[in-house]
Amino acid sequence: MITIHDVLAQLLRDVRAEKLRTFLTIFGIVWGTVAISLMLAFGNGLHQHLIVQTAGLGDRIVIAWPGATSIPFQGLGKGRKLRMTDEDVAYIQAQVRELKGICGEYENNLRVEYNAKTISVDTAGVNDVYGSMRNQVPSPGGRFIDALDVRDQRRVAFLGDKLAADIFGTIDPVGKTILVNQSPFLVIGVLKKKAQDSNYNGPDNQKMFIPVTTYRALTGEKYIDDLIFQPPSAADTKKTIDAVRTALAHKLRFDPSDKEALAAWDTTDQFKFFDNFMLAFNTFLGIIGVLTLIVGGIGVSNIMNVVVEERTREIGIKMALGAKQRWILMQFLVETMLVTAIGGAFGFAISIGICSIFPKAAEEFVGHPEVSPAVALLTAAALGLVGLIAGYFPARDAARLDPVVAMKL
Amino acid sequence: MNRNGSIIHMSGIRKVYDTGKVKVEALKGVDLEIRKGEMVAIVGPSGSGKSTLMNLLGCLDTPTAGSYELGGDDVAGVTRDELAEIRNRRVGFVFQNFNLLPHISSQENVEMPMLFGGVPVRERRERARDLLTKVGLGDRVDHKPTELSGGQMQRVAIARALAMDPAIILADEPTGNLDTSSGSDIMSIFNELWKQGRTLVIITHDPALAKRASRVVEIRDGVVMNDHMN
Ligand SMILES: Nc1ncnc2c1ncn2[C@@H]1O[C@H](COP(=O)(O)OP(=O)(O)O)[C@@H](O)[C@H]1O
Ligand SMILES: [Mg+2]
Repeated sequence: MITIHDVLAQLLRDVRAEKLRTFLTIFGIVWGTVAISLMLAFGNGLHQHLIVQTAGLGDRIVIAWPGATSIPFQGLGKGRKLRMTDEDVAYIQAQVRELKGICGEYENNLRVEYNAKTISVDTAGVNDVYGSMRNQVPSPGGRFIDALDVRDQRRVAFLGDKLAADIFGTIDPVGKTILVNQSPFLVIGVLKKKAQDSNYNGPDNQKMFIPVTTYRALTGEKYIDDLIFQPPSAADTKKTIDAVRTALAHKLRFDPSDKEALAAWDTTDQFKFFDNFMLAFNTFLGIIGVLTLIVGGIGVSNIMNVVVEERTREIGIKMALGAKQRWILMQFLVETMLVTAIGGAFGFAISIGICSIFPKAAEEFVGHPEVSPAVALLTAAALGLVGLIAGYFPARDAARLDPVVAMKL
Repeated sequence: MNRNGSIIHMSGIRKVYDTGKVKVEALKGVDLEIRKGEMVAIVGPSGSGKSTLMNLLGCLDTPTAGSYELGGDDVAGVTRDELAEIRNRRVGFVFQNFNLLPHISSQENVEMPMLFGGVPVRERRERARDLLTKVGLGDRVDHKPTELSGGQMQRVAIARALAMDPAIILADEPTGNLDTSSGSDIMSIFNELWKQGRTLVIITHDPALAKRASRVVEIRDGVVMNDHMN
């Protein structure tokens, strides 16, 4: 018959009674949540920033072009020009299982019209995986081509940022319809500005990307221009290139050691440094995070522990007056949860506040910090759990004593 | 209540405190029978086992051996939750050091047993106010214990003991921490309660107070030495 109202009323009384202690507990949780949220926010921001800054071309990818054979093979002479279809790409994908992603890329100039403007745009037909492999990050409000676009042969287009500005000026292009070779296409996203110091077929900011299936239907093109694939890690690139070449050699019948039949550009070299740096950086963040949690956890659990000790006499009195064990424990649980929730919410709000006043000028160097609600939630929950465990057992022990013993403590 | 109208029936009660190093036998076989409506004073020198006895009577503690029937029910082998319910409904405690919760008001202290007893909020409020008025503290409902005198605190404790309208009031040296005049105020309240038909068991050092009881039980060295009607 004890209602939630009773529990909360009791709780408010206790919180009022022990302002300092409640404040300290909440502060501990706020502190831990802010520290970890901000750390990860800045860490992630920096990571993203570095990727955008150094990986405009792509994320550990290899770009390959079918060429002409330079070694005679099984009675076929050298100098034979090779051409690849989607079928060959699918074959490679089936043979080289360890690939994280693969995409055959078609490329040509198409005619784009919007309002009275007509321009010739360097257009690529690609699949959904291409987006992450080539770091085609959309500006907020838009997206890259997805698997459904490819499956359903949708007429959608993703625009390079410079191209978008050329066509649309200051208008938001997302949701607008353009004509591509006289067919209407819906603009679904615009490339977020990125640094790209090397390219093939021109920089991404001037290009347009449409689903590979749509591209083929629109142009009737059968042969891909190049092949993008992502080895499992930067260390395996050489092996993976050989595996891809061997698979293709089997399919198109050329000598697997014929490097000119499939020329490959390994862009992963620059990532060796980047990966080492990020590993060190993440290790550093991880250690600091664990330390913060440990220190915060010790603080919160100490306070909880002290509380229960201080309160043992009161628990004894309550039991003398007829409180059952579960009432004592329930009050403790509700109280800890509430304190955790308040601490977590404050911590989250403070982290967001700090990120929002973070100077835009500095973002150019360290990226844009973004607080993750999940991180804040998990941190607060972890600290709350530590407090709960630290307080629960003494509370239970106190509630298990004979009232007279508890009252005398 | 059993056949002969006794509300408390103890036989062969022993209590041994085992502190690890030493064992103290505080009660060495106590037989005690108290009838409904009696006002019993328990007297005896310090350390004789009076408080131990009262804690057992009020189910605040469990005996090492012996049997105890409260209101006709055997208390041995009863679960902790059932003991909590017995404390809540059948007995009201008044302690020498008051044992009020320090951070909450008189009103909230008196409501506490009713909270655990599941009395609805409104009824709780009204009854607590009534009881405080009856013990002469109608104007002190919002005061915290620290803002009250000793005599006032003890009156809050009595109001609290009456909250669930128990048949028995147990008091352990209720006037021990009070000056003479507040002490006699408290004793008058107890007399009043007795006249209303409640059963009272009061531990006291004070021979004058013992005289006002209907019966005096003298404890010495863990046994009942003397038991007579006034
Ligand atoms: N919790 C305890 N642990 C150990 N010994 C105790 C405890 N409570 C009381 N005693 C001992 O039991 C004896 C009786 O104590 P108590 O019942 O408090 O006596 P009284 O109330 O008559 O002064 C004393 O010798 C006391 O020291
Ligand atoms: Mg005593």
